[in-house]
Amino acid sequence: MRASAAVISVIFGVAFLCMCVYFVRFALKNQRKLMSNSYNTHQAVLAKQISRGSIYASDGTVLALNEKGEDGKDHRSYPFGSLYAHAVGYASKGKSGIESAYNYYLINSSLPLSEKVKYDTKGEKYPGDSVYSTLDPALQQISSSTLGVYDGAVVVSEIKTGRVLAMVSKPDFDPNEIDEIWEKIQYDASSTVLLNRVKDGQYPPGSTFKIFSSLEYIRENPEDFSKYRYTCNGKYRTGDDFITCYHGTVHGNVDFKTSFSKSCNSSYANIGMSLDRTLFLNTLQECLFDKPLPSDLPCTKSSVGISPSLPDGDMMEICIGQGLTSVTPLHLNLMTCAVANGGVLMKSRLVDRVEDENGTTVAEFKPETYGSLMNEADSLILRGMMEEVVKSGTGRKLNGLSYTAAGKTGSAEFGTIKGQSHAWFTGYAPAEDPEIAVTVIIEGAGSGGDYAVPLTKRIFDQYFGAYSYVD
Amino acid sequence: MGQFWNYLQSYLLHISKYFMPLYLWIFTGLSFFALTNAGWRRIKTICDVQLVLMFLTHFSGAAVICLKTGKPVYLLLYAFQEILIFALVVLTNMIYPDGDRLLINNMCMMLSVGAVILMRLDLNRAVKQFFIVVVSAACCLLIPYLIDSLKRLPDLKWLYAVIGVSALAIVFFLGSVVHGARITFTVYGITFQPSELVKILFVFYLSSAFYIYSGFREVAETSMVAGSLIVLLVLSRDLGSALIFFVVFLAVVFYATGRWPYLVAGAGVAVLASAGAYRYFSHVRMRIEAWRDPWSMIDDAGYQITQSLFAISGGGLFGTGLMNGNPSSIPYVEQDFIFSAIAEEMGIIFAVGLIALAFATFLDYMVISGVAADRFDRIICFGLGVTYIFQVFLTVGGGTKFIPMTGLTFPLLSYGGTSVLTTLVLFYVAEGVSARAYAWTGEEY
Repeated sequence: MRASAAVISVIFGVAFLCMCVYFVRFALKNQRKLMSNSYNTHQAVLAKQISRGSIYASDGTVLALNEKGEDGKDHRSYPFGSLYAHAVGYASKGKSGIESAYNYYLINSSLPLSEKVKYDTKGEKYPGDSVYSTLDPALQQISSSTLGVYDGAVVVSEIKTGRVLAMVSKPDFDPNEIDEIWEKIQYDASSTVLLNRVKDGQYPPGSTFKIFSSLEYIRENPEDFSKYRYTCNGKYRTGDDFITCYHGTVHGNVDFKTSFSKSCNSSYANIGMSLDRTLFLNTLQECLFDKPLPSDLPCTKSSVGISPSLPDGDMMEICIGQGLTSVTPLHLNLMTCAVANGGVLMKSRLVDRVEDENGTTVAEFKPETYGSLMNEADSLILRGMMEEVVKSGTGRKLNGLSYTAAGKTGSAEFGTIKGQSHAWFTGYAPAEDPEIAVTVIIEGAGSGGDYAVPLTKRIFDQYFGAYSYVD
Repeated sequence: MGQFWNYLQSYLLHISKYFMPLYLWIFTGLSFFALTNAGWRRIKTICDVQLVLMFLTHFSGAAVICLKTGKPVYLLLYAFQEILIFALVVLTNMIYPDGDRLLINNMCMMLSVGAVILMRLDLNRAVKQFFIVVVSAACCLLIPYLIDSLKRLPDLKWLYAVIGVSALAIVFFLGSVVHGARITFTVYGITFQPSELVKILFVFYLSSAFYIYSGFREVAETSMVAGSLIVLLVLSRDLGSALIFFVVFLAVVFYATGRWPYLVAGAGVAVLASAGAYRYFSHVRMRIEAWRDPWSMIDDAGYQITQSLFAISGGGLFGTGLMNGNPSSIPYVEQDFIFSAIAEEMGIIFAVGLIALAFATFLDYMVISGVAADRFDRIICFGLGVTYIFQVFLTVGGGTKFIPMTGLTFPLLSYGGTSVLTTLVLFYVAEGVSARAYAWTGEEY
């Protein structure tokens, strides 16, 4: 009987051990994630004990803080109004942006016991920890003001670290008035002011998609892609389906690089027809299509509808960035970063560190590698092509400046009216040793070369301190 | 002076949450250590140290609640609770000097922690619970005496079976339905949950059935009785209790016969029965779905468990501190999710300490059953130990999403009259067995 009792004891012992390990691991690993769940009432409990921490720009400018109102209660205040609306977010009526993703830190206080006791005896709340973001006020300001009255999105990233320097989405809102806006939105379902277009706006990629098509063509034809030739007469036809070049332009005899720099749709339709669809889909998934983006904010996935049974007409459309494909500006920006960084993508983040009220560092977020989207050789070929866009192609407005740049334009047609298009540009600078990547979309403006490139130029000018506007 | 007092008070509130797990873990460590040094006379000092730790834990908890709320009534209730608990320890030791002190210490530590957390959650219920413990304990102090003097207990096999089956049948036909389960029965305004008490009757039945022989005949016969009890429970939708009966039955058969095939066959039956229950009972299916992915049904079926998960992850290693969390957001926190409330406010280290203490208690049952006077005593003690530890497993596992939720109480911690009474009976029967073991063999085990 003792032996049986020992067996039963061991069985329960193992079960209890597993249960404890599971429970402790779960509780500690998910602490931050669960704290941000809107069903979690602990936030409200903490709010009674702790005054929500502040959010700063990278240079120490205050972007969000708690202020005592006339009624003696804490109010969340955003000194810059709508300027940082989507990046910093809002903190009542649900949460968004940094306010949401770093909520755990903002509602906790890491002050040492001796400090907390001082607040206790004064009968005051503990100050929450402060979040220092990566945002650069000058770049954010120029991004927002150059986008002006247009709807659209701008995102600027530091290529080697993944830090987001600017994130602008329009139309925007004033987070100081979120409660009133919330009321209005209840009656206006079509309002998209709260949508952060940088990470959640799903756009047809237009010709910027040719970066992906080119990568696939280079992968499938590593030896002889440079021998590619095509004669463009403004139109490409397969069966009943045809593709035209933007505004019916006839590009004539083009090679692979020129097809890219002049953004020749007919040539890319021709290239697209030669691609292996299964391999292409693999490449696209490696490049983050249908995948969550490596970002500290939750992002909408980009989607692509390639399958081996896809009709030729749809395949052509996809290869030039029209049709079933949708992409978010942040996704394109990350792809651009990867190309400019030898194929290696750094995780995108909006926050550098968290400090308590005394300035002691609570958490520090270092540059983190996500992985390699392509090999270095392929990335160098793509860089050469993107440089050519600026030297002789659709991005010439960035040529001949005090710094060098590279990139790809796009004019994504949408809706049913012919000729209406979103203006895209995604690029980086300096061309030889890339530091920052800028991705711009201006809704309904026209061609990328005419509208998105000049906007990008002003952001680069600001970054490199080149203020001479010689258009 | 006032300033100094304020500082002191604030410091005490902050550091108490680091001391309570320390007390508990030293207590639990001593419990484990004592098991390897059987014979409580040799560990008298350990038992005395444990009493001090128990006092410190209980007092710290009550003091924090009193300071936080500013209501002295909590200290008053605490004083009564402390008197009750020390009276229990002293009286048991006085009346049954041969009994196992360690077992009573473990039980009282659990009662103290339960008193603290219940006081924090609901003062009225804590007061009610106090009186329930007083009455239950007064009755239970007689149990070891009865066990020893009623010589015919092992012969009453059919009496246990008949009472058990009819009690559950009455509940099934006449009981009131609470949350879809028919498990309670009200007489003169007092609500009972008979399945709790039948658990103990069931162990008595099994012990008397296997008292002399444990051949195939006995196994077949007990299977019939166990089967009918379990079916009645399943029909009443009291799945947690059904599961406990099944596991206890299986463990006791294995213990009495020492034969592996029974254990293996039982496991097979368990797999088939679970598959069948999943297929044919929608409420079983719902529980399993809510366990697999509670987040997708956070508004309805998954609400309770997700709130519990928020609680256990909300406090971190040392907890939010008593009165600083929000355990009341979990529906039925005082009954089914008391462990989550403890994890939230008193911390993960404290919560794991409680699990370890429960396991040490279980091992103590096993030690006592190993030295018990006869087969009846052995099986009883073993069966009750398994009943206790498996219920702890189901309630903690359910609240932490380790296994699907079954809606059972944590013995001695949760609020609930029948639950407390049953658990006290369970402990005092074992205490009686241990006292008798010493009296019969005349030597320490």
